[in-house]
Amino acid sequence: MRIPDRTRRAARAAVVASAAVLLAASCSGKGGDGAADQEVVLEGVDDGTTLTMWTRAATEAQSQALVDAYNASHENQIELSVIPTDDYQTRVGTAAGNQELPDLFALDVVFAPNFTTAGAYLDITDRIAALDFADALAPSHLDVGTVDDRQYLVPHTLDLSVLFYNKALYEQAGLDPEAPPTTLAEFAEHARAVDALGGDVNGTFFGGNCGGCFVFTWWPTIWASGAEALNEDGTESLLDSPEAAELFATYRGLVEDEVVAPGHNEETGATWTGHFPEGNIGVMPMPSTMLGLMPEDLDIGVAPIPGIDGGESTFVGGDSIGISANSEHPNQAWDFLRWSLEEEQQVEILAANGDVMARTDLADNEYYAANSNAVVMNDLVQVGRTPYSLNFGQTFNDPQGPGLALVREMIYGDAGADLAALNEGVTASLSS
Amino acid sequence: MRYSRKLAGAAYAAPVALFVLVFFVAPLLLVGRMSASDWPLLAGDMGLNLPENYQGIGDNPLFWPAVGFTLKYTGIVVVLLIGLSLLLALIVADRRRGTGFFRTAYFLPTTLGLASASLLFFGFYSPAIGPLDPVMEFLGLEPVSWLGTPTAALWSTVVLIVWKFAGFFMIILLVGLQSIPPDVYEAARLDGAGRWQAFAHITVPLLRPALGLVLILSVTGSLLAFDQFFILTKGGPDNSTVTVVQLIYREAFQRFDLGAAAAISVVVLAALLVLNIAQFRALRKDH
Repeated sequence: MRIPDRTRRAARAAVVASAAVLLAASCSGKGGDGAADQEVVLEGVDDGTTLTMWTRAATEAQSQALVDAYNASHENQIELSVIPTDDYQTRVGTAAGNQELPDLFALDVVFAPNFTTAGAYLDITDRIAALDFADALAPSHLDVGTVDDRQYLVPHTLDLSVLFYNKALYEQAGLDPEAPPTTLAEFAEHARAVDALGGDVNGTFFGGNCGGCFVFTWWPTIWASGAEALNEDGTESLLDSPEAAELFATYRGLVEDEVVAPGHNEETGATWTGHFPEGNIGVMPMPSTMLGLMPEDLDIGVAPIPGIDGGESTFVGGDSIGISANSEHPNQAWDFLRWSLEEEQQVEILAANGDVMARTDLADNEYYAANSNAVVMNDLVQVGRTPYSLNFGQTFNDPQGPGLALVREMIYGDAGADLAALNEGVTASLSS
Repeated sequence: MRYSRKLAGAAYAAPVALFVLVFFVAPLLLVGRMSASDWPLLAGDMGLNLPENYQGIGDNPLFWPAVGFTLKYTGIVVVLLIGLSLLLALIVADRRRGTGFFRTAYFLPTTLGLASASLLFFGFYSPAIGPLDPVMEFLGLEPVSWLGTPTAALWSTVVLIVWKFAGFFMIILLVGLQSIPPDVYEAARLDGAGRWQAFAHITVPLLRPALGLVLILSVTGSLLAFDQFFILTKGGPDNSTVTVVQLIYREAFQRFDLGAAAAISVVVLAALLVLNIAQFRALRKDH
C-alpha cells in the first residue's frame, strides 16, 4: 500500500508535535507550595497527618524502631520506605530532581552536602535552636548539615568506626584481652600475634576493593595522629602526608605477610563485616552498628581506632535526616524529628539496643552501665570527625573514583608508587 | 467506505503508536535535550551548553578503556553463547527419552532475573560465604580469587552470562532447527552426504535467520552490559571491568551529571544503530 505524501507529512507533524508537548510536560511540573511557605510551629504538630519517610537498608533497624514507637504513640503516622543501600543515591537523587521527595528522608551523612547545597532540604535552623538539648547533638553531623550558617539536618542514626577485637583469640595468642591496641604499630603487632595461631584464624581483615570502607576505617588513624585527610572545605586531598604513608605501609606489610584473611583484595564492601562475627579474625576496624549484631557467644572488645603514636579518633558516619524542601507537612515532620531526639527515645530505643545515640549528654544510662563497649563508642562521638566535601562520594565511594585507586596502588601496587601524583588525582576530583 | 477503513486502521494502530510515543520517542527527545544541556541530577535543567557534554566524553579517561573492554567482553560472550546454545539445541533437537527434561534444565536459568542471578553468583564466588573455596581445598587445590584479578573477574562474569542466556538462545535455535524440513536431510543422505556435510551445508545455511536473530540479540545485549558487572565486580578490580553503560550510570548517579550521562547514551545509541543496520544488511545478503 502506498501512503500519500500528504498523509505522511501530517502524521510526521503529529508525532513531532505530540512529542514536543510530552517533553514540555515532563520538563515542567516544578514549583508549587513548598515547606518554606508554611508557618513554623517550633514544637511540631501532631494532628493525624500521614507522613512519608525514606531511609536506606543499612540503617533500617534503627529507623524502623523509632518509626514504630512514634506511630504507636502519636496521631501522626509515618510510612517508612526502606530502599536498598546501593540504590538509595539513585532514588533520592532522581526524586530530588523531580521534586518528588518524601516528607522526611535520611541520608548517608557524607552525601549530605550534595543535597543541602542543591536546596533539597528545608532550613530548620530555628527549630533546632529551640531544642533544650541543641548543644548535645552529635557535633560533626550538625557541621556537615550546615551551609552558610543555616542548618538543614539533625543526626538520625550514628555509625562510628571502632576497633573490634576477639578476646578469646587474644588470650590464645598470649595477648592481654583487656589491653586493645593503642598505637598503629600495636594494632599490627596484635594482628600478627593472632595470625600466628594458624589454621582458619587470621590477624585482621579489610575491604580492599571498597573505597567507602577505607575512608571509614583508615582515616581515623590519620586524624588520631594529628594530621588531616582533607583541607577544611573539602577541595584538596592531604593523603600524601607522612602519616598517611605510614598507614598504607603498615597495611601493605600485613597483606604481604598474609596476616589479612583471604578475599580482602576483591571485597567490594558487600560482605566485609561478615568475617569477624565468625570468630576467626583477631582485630579489625568495623562499624559500631555491628555491636548489636554480634553472636552472643563471641567475647568481643571494642576500642577506639588509634593513631600512629597513640591518640584516638573515629569516622562519625551513619545517617542525618531532614525535612524535604517540597514537604507540605513540615511541622508534622518536625514533630517526629524533635521526638526522636528526646532523652526517652534515645535511651530506650537506641542505647537499649547497644547503638550509639545522636546526643552526647546521655551516656549515663542503665543500658550503657552494663555495656562498656557501647560507652567506648558513645564517648568517641565528641572527638570523631565527619569529613565535608561536595565531591566526596564521586571521589571516595565511587568504585571508579580516584580515592580507591590511590589506596589500592599503595597496598597492592608496585612498591615505589608515587603517592604525591596519586594524591593530585584525588585533589583534581575533589576540586572539579 | 475507503475513508472508514482508513479510520479503522488508524484506530488499530493508535495504541501502539501512543505507546511508542510515550515510552520511546519522548524519552529519546528528552535524552537528546539533556545531552545538550547543563543538567545536574539534583538541580535540573540549567540551560543549553552544547557541545560541552560531548567534548567531555573524549576527556573522560575511563571512556576508551570502557569501549575496549565492552567490545572484548562482547566478542567473548557472543562466540561462547552462540556456540554453546547451538550445541545445546542440537543435543535436544531430536525427540528421545529425557529430551523434555534436558530442555527444561537448560532453559531454567533464563527464568531468573539477571540481577538475582548475579547476586547468586556473587555469593557463589565469594571467599567469605561461597562454596567454591572449600571445594577447591577439599580437592587439594589452591583457593582461587574468582573476582580478584582482571582476568578472573572477566571470565567469572562470562560464565554467569553464558549460564544465564545459553538456554534462551537454545530455544530460538531449536525453533529454527525444527523448521528445517526432514526431507532435505533425507535427500542429502540419499546423495551420500555424511553427518558433518549435512550440518555444514544444510543445517547452518537454513538456520541462518535464527542464527541472525541470536547474533543481534547477543551482540546488543552484551554491548549494553550493566547489571552483572555492577553487582559482581563494580567495575573492579582497578577499573578493569568498566562497561560503557556503567560509565553512563556513574556520570548520572555518582557524579550527579545527567547531561554528561545523556551525551554518552546518545553516542552509544548511534553506535548501536549503525551496528544493527550493518548486521541486518550482512545477514540479508544472498536472500
